[in-house]
Amino acid sequence: MHMADALISPAVGGVMLAATAGLTVYSARKLKEEIDDRKIPLMGVLGALVFAAQMINFTIPGTGSSGHLGGAMLLAILLGPYAAFLTMASILTIQALFFADGGLLALGCNIFNMGFFPCFVAFPLIYKRIAANSPERKRILAAAMAASIIGLQLGAFGVVMETFSSDISALSFKIFVLLMLPIHLAIGIVEGFVTASVVGFVTKTRPGVLKMATELSGSKQISIKPVLITLVIIAALTGGFLSWFGSANPDGLEWSIARSSVNKVLESSESGIHALLSRVQKKTAVFPDYNFRKDKTEEYAKGERTQGKQDAWPSVSAGTSISGLLGGAMSLVLAGLIGFGIKTFQRRRTNK
Amino acid sequence: MGSIESLFFDIGHLDALSSKDSPIHRVDPRIKVLTTIYFIAVVISFNKYDPAGLAPLVVYPLAIMTIGNIPFSYIMKKLLIASPFVLSVALFNPILDRSPALDLGLFSVSGGFVSFASIVAKFVLTASAGLALIACTGFDSICSALSRMGVPGAFTIQLLFLYRYIFVLGEEAARMVRARALRSFGNKGLGMGVYSSMIGQLLLRTMDRAQRIHLAMLCRGFDGEIHHVAPSKICLSDVLFLAGWSGLFTLLRLYNFPAWLGAELGRLI
Repeated sequence: MHMADALISPAVGGVMLAATAGLTVYSARKLKEEIDDRKIPLMGVLGALVFAAQMINFTIPGTGSSGHLGGAMLLAILLGPYAAFLTMASILTIQALFFADGGLLALGCNIFNMGFFPCFVAFPLIYKRIAANSPERKRILAAAMAASIIGLQLGAFGVVMETFSSDISALSFKIFVLLMLPIHLAIGIVEGFVTASVVGFVTKTRPGVLKMATELSGSKQISIKPVLITLVIIAALTGGFLSWFGSANPDGLEWSIARSSVNKVLESSESGIHALLSRVQKKTAVFPDYNFRKDKTEEYAKGERTQGKQDAWPSVSAGTSISGLLGGAMSLVLAGLIGFGIKTFQRRRTNK
Repeated sequence: MGSIESLFFDIGHLDALSSKDSPIHRVDPRIKVLTTIYFIAVVISFNKYDPAGLAPLVVYPLAIMTIGNIPFSYIMKKLLIASPFVLSVALFNPILDRSPALDLGLFSVSGGFVSFASIVAKFVLTASAGLALIACTGFDSICSALSRMGVPGAFTIQLLFLYRYIFVLGEEAARMVRARALRSFGNKGLGMGVYSSMIGQLLLRTMDRAQRIHLAMLCRGFDGEIHHVAPSKICLSDVLFLAGWSGLFTLLRLYNFPAWLGAELGRLI
């Protein structure tokens, strides 16, 4: 369940990538403070362990389906949030690079959904509070269950938010939420059981390991505040930067509105106080574009309905449709020809 | 993702591809990473009702794959395996969005189908560009490129370690899975009880391994950093590579090449 590049807009991808980059730098710095290089190989092999464990399935009784470990919560318990976040990020990076499972620009979204929520929200706020380092099995189960479920629900909600603000899928917000959250509730329950039973197994067979892990992860309390503050700052900065970028190169929707006559009305009202306010809002809003998106789409739809075949874009007329299709097909053929040309050129050179 | 064996086949195969030699393989990894990211950003910035505009961009992954000697069928197979989530989200578009968007004379195509086509096109383009990048560059070079581009050392070391030990632990896990399969009949023994003790065992062994690795690293003078051999330098051809491709992407984004081509062709006919 990884977000793909094809489902997000550049603005969403960019903001999430910036947020994740900030978190990565922050975690790396925190890790350096601990100055314990025992952790470096441990993170590497535990990441590989999670990778390998994701390939091993088990049958879920009574359903006939099978499940596997997600791993973020287990990593957080064993390594602490900072190291677990970096490890999760590295796993997702390799999945994106080698398996095209989640794209390169969507990597920010994926690391945020599957790394930030379990490591920085569910682990310190839920797991640690409930488990409180006690070896009691029931307590570990309750903690792992609650933390896994909430971590995965937040992640699934993140997927919905990112897809929705990218405005590429036609799925409405409500339906998408109703689709994603129940599925991830089931996944979260399975994840909770697995995490608890693995942690239980380890505490039973070698109780020292978890103690070592908690010592390694630092005795200091993890404070979520600096993380949140950096996130907000980064989001504000990139939002401002991207909006500046965005207004220089309007996307298709904005362009279509700019061309439809609806906009003339909009523009004429943009004088005096209204213009001033909108300018202020543009400067202060994190997502200036998204505030208007809904009205714009509505107006866009309205414009299309009333104007019909005037110049609303994409204009629905046979001529442009067919020439568009023809042009698209021809450019595919051209691209193919270029590839073919390179191939024959290479062959000739190797034959010589 | 499939079984453990297919995982190794995949990573091993991509690794083998990246150790080939071609003009693309010789381009500085930083340049390739930047070009690929710009390409992906341009592709996903296209309007969702404009799948035709994306068509000419296919030239980039196509050129990289042909010059870099990467088999198409292999990349296509990987795309198919990775596609289910994108397809399942995109499939809702034709169902929900029924406003007419294309008029082909006899029948019209709804906006949902058009945006479905554009999501699929975007997926094919972005995913194949990403796979082409790793197949022409190799993971070690990408990691060194990332660290030279300012990614924190802790993260790139982690990437290299993870990559190194996926093979080791994967083989161990594969042996365990085989042993479990031989000892279980029907669905007996495949449940969560055995599973969690299996993962637990693997975890304990992994932690012991980490300790041994750490000692071995200290013996060899590990100082918290991994040094990459012979970092490549950016030369003029690399700059031209970046400038040429990104110029092309920008032009294709700003001017609708297929529409122009279609109109010209229509005039000719």
